[in-house]
Amino acid sequence: MTPETVLEVRDLRVRFGTGVDAVRGVSLGVRAGETHCLVGESGCGKSVTALAVMGLLARGATRNAALVAFRGTDMMALSEREMARLRGDKIAMIFQEPMTSLNPAFTIGSQMAEVLERHRGGGRRRALDRAAGLLGRVGVSAPGMRLAQYPHQLSGGLRQRVMIAMALMCEPELLIADEPTTALDVTVQAQILRLLVELQRDLGLAILLITHDLGVVARVAHRVSVMYAGEVVESAAVDELFAAPSHPYTRALLACVPVPGTVRRDQPLGSIPGTVPRMRPGFVGCAFRARCRYAMDVCAEAVPERLRAPGHRYLCQLAA
Amino acid sequence: MIAVRLRMASTLLGAAIVLAVAGVALLAPLLVPHDPFAQDLMTRLVPPMWLDGGQAAHPFGTDQLGRDYLSRLIYGARISMLIGIATVVTSGLIGTTLGVLGGFFGGWVDDAVMFVITCRLSIPLVLVALAVVSLVGSSLSVVVLTLGLLLWDRFAVVSRTTTMQVRNLDYVSAARAAGCSRVSIMLREVLPNIVHHLAVVATLEMALAILLEAALSFLGLGVPAPLPSWGLMIAEAKDYMFFTPWVIQIPGIALFVLVLGINLLGDGLRDLLGAARDA
Repeated sequence: MTPETVLEVRDLRVRFGTGVDAVRGVSLGVRAGETHCLVGESGCGKSVTALAVMGLLARGATRNAALVAFRGTDMMALSEREMARLRGDKIAMIFQEPMTSLNPAFTIGSQMAEVLERHRGGGRRRALDRAAGLLGRVGVSAPGMRLAQYPHQLSGGLRQRVMIAMALMCEPELLIADEPTTALDVTVQAQILRLLVELQRDLGLAILLITHDLGVVARVAHRVSVMYAGEVVESAAVDELFAAPSHPYTRALLACVPVPGTVRRDQPLGSIPGTVPRMRPGFVGCAFRARCRYAMDVCAEAVPERLRAPGHRYLCQLAA
Repeated sequence: MIAVRLRMASTLLGAAIVLAVAGVALLAPLLVPHDPFAQDLMTRLVPPMWLDGGQAAHPFGTDQLGRDYLSRLIYGARISMLIGIATVVTSGLIGTTLGVLGGFFGGWVDDAVMFVITCRLSIPLVLVALAVVSLVGSSLSVVVLTLGLLLWDRFAVVSRTTTMQVRNLDYVSAARAAGCSRVSIMLREVLPNIVHHLAVVATLEMALAILLEAALSFLGLGVPAPLPSWGLMIAEAKDYMFFTPWVIQIPGIALFVLVLGINLLGDGLRDLLGAARDA
């Protein structure tokens, strides 16, 4: 029996007011107990995808989709009030910058308790007890004391733990993590990732993890979607993706990761020349063709979706 | 180092002045040696005790109607502080509401707020205040209301720009992702994080309100006689200033010292809060 699909997105499109197509037909699914990694360069639309799922796009951006469903409920049909009830309750989100994600004007305890009180009611005392318990659970020492502290009294790693604990206040089923370890030291990064994996195992969380770091992907992902210029260009189970990368962009990304022992000291580090293009409406063909070493004339035409193995899809003219 | 010490000293001096005047205003009935309204035409224009002919019973002398000048000065502190605080509360509420709404929502809301601010800035302050007070009739509440309805522009401008800075910060996004409504984000995420800017504006506006009240009273359109406003005392004293200069010097100095104190405190607050932010 396959575990239940918690989040399902089909053909999600986001257009900014400036006439840029930020997300162009993204489809993905996250199942309970599964980590789905969304990988790509800066500006490829990963974060916008997450914000669109949460219904938190900035003014002027429009969202279109065949389906954005949480546990079978179509979120596109929910009112803003109903969405607000879902956010922070069943769907929680953590952000990249732990240094600025906490309100500097209130104590940790006050901010954590507020989440539970807003969604579940109950007294402050009970909320603070739960907050202290969760802080202990995410590995914060002396949780009782931390509750009375202000964000500026905590280090970056501690703040990210607080953010994670805060996200868990209402026992969410889906956690959307937007580059949760990017701003942290490598050692702290490893601790936070280990924590996320543990929490997922214990709580059966579905996690949508956004990252540009393939090292992170290799550690925590079950499924990977590689995004480029607003499209998922390749999607596969994590082992499959690393073993048989099929889209030239995925291969180029993997080639950029230096491997100790195989990369010689005088050899230049890998890179993909150029940057992610801004997609204007009406664009046809492969968005990667300007940077692709296999680009052909046919790449300017509509790109077929190819199936390499069950559950392993990619968008390219090249057959596997 | 010396600059820091000086700034610290001037902040403390400002705070001391404001606290002292506020204390005097609060405790006025206990402090006054005489009834500030009691006239005694037999002892008119007695000079202060440090001048020839001064009496220990009237340390600051008496005015042209024989009222004890120290007592009037003490009750005048009440009027000045009351006007300053009430005006700042009124204008602060109006300006901050407008500014936070405009800054937070942007778009047409912001355009509308900017239009209202621009309109307000195009109104000549003193003229309109004079016109309103002379039309409606002068009383303490009319003066407070008029000034409060006119002095909100700086609150609006400052809260609008600071709200714009705060609204794009991660903790506001995090609050939205945690299911906060817009109203609770404005009250809980935005307002507490811009309030230190507003505190500085409040001191500036308070000083301005006190000076404007004095100006209105001087022109005979502020608080009505016989209330002992410092501006009114200056106005009543101007006929005698060449012969008995202290009647205009004493309330003038009091006004100057209070406004200076408020401004020093405001400057100090700005430095302190700025430093706390940067640390």
